[in-house]
Formats: sequence, C-alpha cells, structure tokens
Amino acid sequence: MAGHHFSIAREDWSLHRQGQMDQDRHLEKVREAIKNNLADIISDDSIVASDGRRLVKVPIRSLNEYRFRFNWDKQERVGQGPGNSQEGQVIARDGSPAGGAGKGAGDAAGEDLYEAIMTVDELEEILFDDLALPNLDPKRQPDINTRQYRWDDVRKHGLQSNIDKKRTLLEAVKRNRLAGRPPLHGFSRQDLRFKTWEERYEPQTSAVILAMMDTSGSMGEFEKQIARGFFFWTVRFLRTNYDNLFIHFLAHSTEAKEVTEEEFFTKVESGGTRCSSVYELALQLIAEKYPPSLYNIYAFHLSDGDNLVTDNQRSVELVRQLVEVCNLFGYGEIDAAAGNPIYYRSSTLSALYQREIHHPRFQSVVIKDRSEVYKALRTFFGPQNAQAEKGVS
Amino acid sequence: MTEPASAMDPRETAALEEAIEQIVAKAKEFGLDFFPMRYEICPADVIYTFGAYAMPTRFSHWSFGKLYHQMKTQYDYGLSKIYELVINSDPCYAFLLDTNTLLQNKMIAAHVLAHCDFFKNNYRFRHTNRQMVATMAAFANRVRQYEQDVGRDRVERFLDAVLAIHEHVDPFPNPKPAPAANLLRPRHSPEPISPYADLWSLDGPVPETPQAEEPPRRPGPTRDLLLFILDHAPDLTDWQRDIVSSVRGEMLYFRPQMETKIMNEGWASFWHARIMRELDLTPEESVEFARMHAAVLAPNRFHLNPYHLGFHIFEDIERRYGREKIFEVRETETDVSLIRNYLTEELCEKLDLYLYSRQGSEWRITGKGWEQVRDGILRQINNCGIPYIYAEDSDYQRRGELYLRHGYEGVELDPFYVERTLPHVHHIWQRPVHLETVEDGVTVIYTCTGPETRRSVKQ
Repeated sequence: MAGHHFSIAREDWSLHRQGQMDQDRHLEKVREAIKNNLADIISDDSIVASDGRRLVKVPIRSLNEYRFRFNWDKQERVGQGPGNSQEGQVIARDGSPAGGAGKGAGDAAGEDLYEAIMTVDELEEILFDDLALPNLDPKRQPDINTRQYRWDDVRKHGLQSNIDKKRTLLEAVKRNRLAGRPPLHGFSRQDLRFKTWEERYEPQTSAVILAMMDTSGSMGEFEKQIARGFFFWTVRFLRTNYDNLFIHFLAHSTEAKEVTEEEFFTKVESGGTRCSSVYELALQLIAEKYPPSLYNIYAFHLSDGDNLVTDNQRSVELVRQLVEVCNLFGYGEIDAAAGNPIYYRSSTLSALYQREIHHPRFQSVVIKDRSEVYKALRTFFGPQNAQAEKGVS
Repeated sequence: MTEPASAMDPRETAALEEAIEQIVAKAKEFGLDFFPMRYEICPADVIYTFGAYAMPTRFSHWSFGKLYHQMKTQYDYGLSKIYELVINSDPCYAFLLDTNTLLQNKMIAAHVLAHCDFFKNNYRFRHTNRQMVATMAAFANRVRQYEQDVGRDRVERFLDAVLAIHEHVDPFPNPKPAPAANLLRPRHSPEPISPYADLWSLDGPVPETPQAEEPPRRPGPTRDLLLFILDHAPDLTDWQRDIVSSVRGEMLYFRPQMETKIMNEGWASFWHARIMRELDLTPEESVEFARMHAAVLAPNRFHLNPYHLGFHIFEDIERRYGREKIFEVRETETDVSLIRNYLTEELCEKLDLYLYSRQGSEWRITGKGWEQVRDGILRQINNCGIPYIYAEDSDYQRRGELYLRHGYEGVELDPFYVERTLPHVHHIWQRPVHLETVEDGVTVIYTCTGPETRRSVKQ
C-alpha cells in the first residue's frame, strides 16, 4: 500500500522549552516548600554529615501528587526471580542496598516523600537568603588589601621577553595585506606587541570564629548534634561573607583547651563546668593572634548552662570583655530538658547573662530541640537583628 | 542547546534512513500493518520533555516539570535512559534520541513499528483520537489563555485538584441511563445500590416506570468521576469545565495504552527481535543487539517487566498456535484477558514468577503456585491498578454534598493518601465530600469539609 512510507526529520528543537519552564515552576515550588520547612531541613543530620558530598536529598511533603491509591503494604505483589527462587526466600530487607528497590516495591502506605535532590550550595542559597551579617560596627580599618598582578593588557612597548607573538604576527599580516603584499613579508617595529600586567589591589576580608563548647559530662549526644548542626551552618554562612575564615575549636569543662574539629564533636569529658576558663582562652587567642582592628571576630559559646555557681561572676566579667572585641558574641544554651518537670534547673547561665549583660553585640538563645537550630541562626544572623543593630551603631 | 559530540551527522542519518527502509520492508513482509511513520531525531532534553508529558505538546503543570526533572537528572547521571517515544497518531510520530548508536536506532525503529501496528489494530484503540497531538496542543493554548485571564495560581490550583482524580474515567460508560425506578429508590433502602443492582431485577417483571414523573434527582452511580463532576458539580465556571472535560479526554486517550502495557511492549519486543534477526548484522552489532535486548527484557525482583512478560507470552502463543494466532491476540485482547487466557503454569515456572509481601522489615516470597500468581497479577493490573471510586450522590443529605464510594474488592485504600486527596475533590465540588470505604473489615466514611477531613465508622 502506498501509505506505508516513512520519513526521518531532524528539526531545530531549540525553541522547545516547555519542560524547562515547568521544571522551573516545580523548582520554585520546591524552594517555597523548603523555605517553609527550613527549621526541619537544616537540622537534618544527613545534611550536616554530608560535608563532602555535594548532593543532598531534601524530603518535601507538599509536592506529592496525592490520589486515591491502594494500600499495597497489606497486599501481595508479583515479582520475578532469576529462575530458582523458593517460597519463603527473603528478597530484600529494609535498609539493605536492595531495600532501595523496596521503596518502589512497597508503594507502602503512608508517606513516601518526594525528595528534592539539590546541592548544599543551593540549599544554602535559600537559607542564607534570610540571614544577614549583624552589621555591628562598620569595620574600623579598611580590610587587608592584597596586591595582585594580572596579565591582561597589551602595549606597543615593553620588555623584549614579554613579546606577544600571536598579536605581533597578526599586526604584521594586517599591515602587509593592507599594503597589498603577501601576508608574511617581514616585521616592522610598529608590529610589535608586548604583554603587560596591571597591578590591582583587592580587598580581602578575614573573619575568625571562636567555637566554644562545654564538653563536660552533661553534654550528651543530643547536645553535640545540635552544636554540630549549628556550627556547620554558621561556618558556611560566614564563609559566604568573608574570603578568609579562621576557625578555632575551644573545648572546656573546668579547664579549656584548643582541640581539633573531630575531638570537638566527639570527645566527652567528665567533671564540672567552669565557663570562665574558655573565655580566658578566647581572650588570650585574640590578644595573641587576631587584633580586633583587623579581624571580624565571631565568638559562639554553646553550653547546657550548668555552670559552677562560684564561677558565674567571673564569667560575666569575661563575656563583657569579649563583647568589646568581637563583632558578635552569641551564647546558645542547649536545653534538652525544657518543659520536662523532672529536671529542675535552679539557675542557668542564659538567665544570668540576660540579666547582667546588655550589649548590642551580645545575643543569647535557648535551643530546645533540633529544629531550633534555625531559630538560633536567625537570632544571631536574622535580618531584624542586623537592622536593629544598625540603628544602634 | 548545543548538540552533544556524539550526535548523528548527516552521513549517519543517511545510513539510518537506508536501514529503516529495510526494516519497514521486513515489517510489511511479516504482515505488520502500521500508519505512515514520522521518525524525529531529537536531543535528550526534548525526548525527556516528551517522555514526561507523554506527548509533544501538553498543558503546563509543575508535576510534568517534576517528572522531567527526575528523568533528566537520572539521564544526566547515567542512571537510566529512554531511547524512544512513540505517539498513537496518524501519521505515527516516533522520537529517537540523537545520541543513540545506529544499531540502537535500528532496533528502536523496528520496535516502534510494532507499537504502531498495535495502535492501529488493537480493538481498544479503535476509537482513540488519532489527531490527539493537535487536540492537546489546542488545549495547552487554552490553558495558557486561562492563566492570563484568571491568574496562574488559580488555574494551577484547579489543575492540581483535577489531576488528583483524573484517573477516574470510565472508558465504557453506560450508554443509556439506568431505569429511573432504581434511581428513585430511597437512600435508606436495605440493600446498597450497586452498579449491577439492576441485574437482579432482570428476571422479575419490568417495574412500572412512571413516565410522567420529573427527571430523577439522584444520578446513578458512576466510576467516571470527571464526567459526574461535569454533569453535576454545582459551581463550575466555563474555564473550569473545559479543564475537567479536556483532562478527561486526555485520560480516555491514554487509557487503552494503560490497559495494554504488557501486550504492547511484548508485541514490540517480539517484533524487534524477529526483524533484527533478518538484518545483516556484523558480529559486533549482533553482540550489541543481544546486550540491548537482554537489558530491555531484564526481569525485576519487585515488578513485572511488561517487556519480558509480554515477549514470552507472545512467543509461547506462537509456539502453541502458530503465527496467525498472535495477530488475532494483538487485536482482541487487553492485558487482563491476555493474562487470564494465556499465562500458563509452564510459563509461570519458566519465568520464575512469584508472589511476595512485606513481613516486618523483610520482603519475602510468599507463594509460587501459578494460579495464585496469575490472580496476583490480575489484581495488580485490574482497572490499570486504580481503585474503583463510584460517584453515588450529588445531593447527599439534600445539601448538595458529594458522596463517593470505594468499590472495595479486598484491597484497602491508602488512608494517608485518602486524607490528602479529598481536599482536592472538595476544591472542585466546593461543598463537603464524603468517601465510603472499608478498613479492617469495617465500613468507614471520610468526610472532607475543606479545612479538615474526618474519619468515622459508618452507622
């Protein structure tokens, strides 16, 4: 039959953008959903632990396409084996790599969350959109400048060793052809081109984070996780604002010492708590290495607030000193027992500091659970905070 | 977008053209009967767009964007790849990926020819709109216009709602309304009204139908929710009616494809294997083809692979009844009847099919009996795996409320999803919506009043 012809075509598909457009709308909705759930998302351990991994999965509830569907969890499904499967044989377990397939297998009842896959950078962008640097004290001195050389200019005179052969050749060809000669017909002095450099001064900004944490016995796994989440995002946020970031991890119980990051988040010591010890260490570091006139200094102290009573007065004095040299001193009290009447907390540092210290560069916050890490970030770097401080300075 | 380095150059296109000519000739020799073919070679992002929308042009919605994003990401990371897409239309459009090798494209060209033969000849496709590409493009334009008229957010919200129930159409609506007497039966009648209730009265005397009476208040139960909404939803505006009606039309168009997934893929795989066998392939090409064919037909522990199952059933039918029989089967069956009529004990064993279920934290094989397995497959593909939801009353309790009933057949609904789907129905109906279903042997009713959804045991 004559109708059975065929054709092959290859059109210009560059205008076909519907997929991208609807994808943009979808991503817009993802961003909205993430924005509405930032508190939960950023406290997710898997993201904090993903430091090296670039892609993170963000579970999003609101983008499921709901419909009437069966609860297959209660039902048998049909699968297929390699040829020798036996009744009673286990084909997958939860959590095993094969269990990944189980997700598809399940169509299990309840939530199967849509997981947006994004880079930590993209997530950051959404999160940091909301945060701002507390502009406490417009920097006292111009930030350190570094001199840089850039080979991005060409001139007619210069050092013979810096001759730009390609450009010189082009000039010669141009001149010869204009005169009606063959392209390669000798060079003249006016053809010569030299590479040359420009000097530039680029402002470089530096900041120091003094991460202080109570590692006494009362700081358990939960507290450590919160601290890790908090410092993870704080460091990333400050990094978007400063070219150079120096971080010091200072751990203390009754005595303070500088430790590695790993020790900081894993080590547990016993004994009581003397906060003044770590403040002294911080002040000492600043005095030795980081003149406040050159560095933006951010000091954060996370504790469960259970300080030796005899140390309280000394601590308050030292915090007052620290506030004078820091852009921000943030005190975070991790209070896992909040609302739990079994734990009676007589007095806490946060109450004490709030009573005693009134300074625009001092902020304190109580963190009761993971989702409040976001609240803490907003307390320290929230836009209102930045605004209010501007008014003060 | 910039063409990938491996994209076909004109010489390769010419080679492909030659190969397709051969393939088409072979297919005709075998007796395949297809529409004129339009092969389009396009880049990955275009193929994936078409794959996500299931059509070259379709209305805009973020859910397509979500699917596109997922598919494209998987492709970019090399996790999965679609090689082709074929549209049920006359002429038939087949889209090939421009990074396919020549051999891949040969196999795909043969594969899609068989799809096209299936579209043209299977009885379920007889009444599908062969100009659907244009129909959908026109609807896409109208949606764009509505977005301008009433705002994108309102249109999107309404589409969200319609898409939540768009699977619920009835490809075989009852041509004439059920007898009025049934419809007028009081709601509190002892037997529930079922779609088949009228069968019981067939033996008895024909009930007197009072002709003079005014048209029935309560329309009969139907599982075409979208049609029911078109006919009875109280406050739909014109643009909303158009959306409901067009989305329904699209679903009815796709429905035969959903009902014949195993057949269609099995048929196409059967023929690409037969046709490729007839071509002069170099040894390298033969190996590459064998590898591709095996990948497409790879069985899966958790899902039925329709390519694999369908391929083997067609081979088995040919072996037992001869070639002519498979042409008859491709014309007269759908997946449900194919499994019922042609899945044998030997096949079940040969394909190592089994039933499995979740037990605690494990998935365990729970049965290998072939009848058990066959019934398991049927349960899964019955109504394309979509629960039957009947619209029973548009004026429930005389308050204009919508009453839906799940046609429970032993598998429960996912309650989490019920609670989140009903608000979508409410958005369309604009008044309270009820859904009756069975959970743990108890008849329960979910009631959505908009802001909240309650669950209660039916009295």
